[in-house]
Amino acid sequence: MLDVVILSLFIGIFVGTSAGYVGSLMVLEKMALVGDALSHVALPGLAIGILFNFDPFIGAFIFLFASAAIIWQVQRVTQLSFEALVGATFTLALAIGIMIIPEPELLEALFGNIAKVTMIDAVAAAVISVVAILLTRVIYRKLVLAMISEDLAISKGIDVAKTNLLFLFLVSVVVAIGIKIVGTLLVGFLVIVPAIASKNLSPDMRRYSLLTALFGAIAAFSGILLSNFLSLPPGPMVVFSGIAVFAVTIVVNWKRKITV
Amino acid sequence: MTTTEDYLLRVSDLNVKLQNQTILDNISFSVKKGTTLAILGPNGAGKSVLFRALLNLLPHSGNVKWAEKVKIGYVPQNVAVSDIPLSVKEFLTIGKSEIDAENALSLVRLYDKSILNKRLGALSGGELRRVLIAWALVDDPTVLFLDEPTNGIDVGSEEPIFLMLNDIKKKRNMTILLITHDIHTVKEYSEYLLALNKCVTFFGKSEEIANLATQRTIYGEPVCVETLKAEE
Repeated sequence: MLDVVILSLFIGIFVGTSAGYVGSLMVLEKMALVGDALSHVALPGLAIGILFNFDPFIGAFIFLFASAAIIWQVQRVTQLSFEALVGATFTLALAIGIMIIPEPELLEALFGNIAKVTMIDAVAAAVISVVAILLTRVIYRKLVLAMISEDLAISKGIDVAKTNLLFLFLVSVVVAIGIKIVGTLLVGFLVIVPAIASKNLSPDMRRYSLLTALFGAIAAFSGILLSNFLSLPPGPMVVFSGIAVFAVTIVVNWKRKITV
Repeated sequence: MTTTEDYLLRVSDLNVKLQNQTILDNISFSVKKGTTLAILGPNGAGKSVLFRALLNLLPHSGNVKWAEKVKIGYVPQNVAVSDIPLSVKEFLTIGKSEIDAENALSLVRLYDKSILNKRLGALSGGELRRVLIAWALVDDPTVLFLDEPTNGIDVGSEEPIFLMLNDIKKKRNMTILLITHDIHTVKEYSEYLLALNKCVTFFGKSEEIANLATQRTIYGEPVCVETLKAEE
């Protein structure tokens, strides 16, 4: 039992850090709800994994990335917003997922379950998280420049379209591993709340990205710890911990404004 | 006598079509090295589109011939900085090799070092424009594309920016392409004028903007309207 707790805390730290770090760009891109909605696209992938007896999270990742790539291409052709396209895709995926996923596993898929984590899960989560963080670091400044002015970025030789595709791939990766902890319904939390909490306290990009990763790790770690102590599901506990961090940053920010 | 080496850019029959609509129609002009070309025209005339075509940001046809070893610095008209927690120092090092951010700022006459730690979104309009120009200047460009560089700042702050640009241009023997709406700017700070309204309506020396005939060519004949007469 203790092993499972330690492994789940280990996974929590890595997943919280990577989801937070990638999420910091999503919030700046005004794509916070895209990350949330995109997570629901994983449901049919999870269902197919369960039905055909392979790791459901591989199925989730394949569905997530395929959807992200399709959305990216449709967006380029139609110029419709990411949010609108993700909105259409996620409701369809949710409908399919609920139709085909076996009922006992539905709750687990929606809200996560880390009671069954293995050493392989932990190593995979750590490796995937580190790779996701490193790749995000490579494109971070390029994406920030494209947010300031896409023309400026292109004029500096940055391939904005390809950078966006790589970014969507990274979002798919962290959402897929985040589902393990908090489930498809709550994984959006891990990419949104640490970032907005950090934004309350950050005068510059360096502190913003570091604090976002740190808050993600704190939310995941303390949520999983609480869930073990109180024997409650981890997903909601991670959310409550993260919201507590967010509330503290609001108070600190507010106090700072009063003092100034 | 002017030779081909004197030109930084020669454009002939440039056409841009977007969604089957002609935005620029057979544009031809040239830019001499070390001069400022002002680009003037009403909204929707295709000024920014011309910039984007020259920067290869848009598909276009025609002939665009640059001199050798041209390095372009670009200051776009609109930037989205209000919601991004990015300091001036961080911005000045995006996409740049090792640079001295303080030197970049002194180039644009921002001498207060504390500005380096300010968020871009917290700068005044004039400061932000200067920081954008500093960013474009860091790579030591041979030509600077300025799309309404005083957009959104008050009239009193415009003049110092143009004086500063003129100074930098002279010191570095730089060429400037400048989009503007302001005839005064054209007259005072550019040698050549390209007036656009989808096609070229005028191309020549900027001083000619003072002639009423040239102004009529650029802006068209005035249209008089009847107004109510004051009661006697």
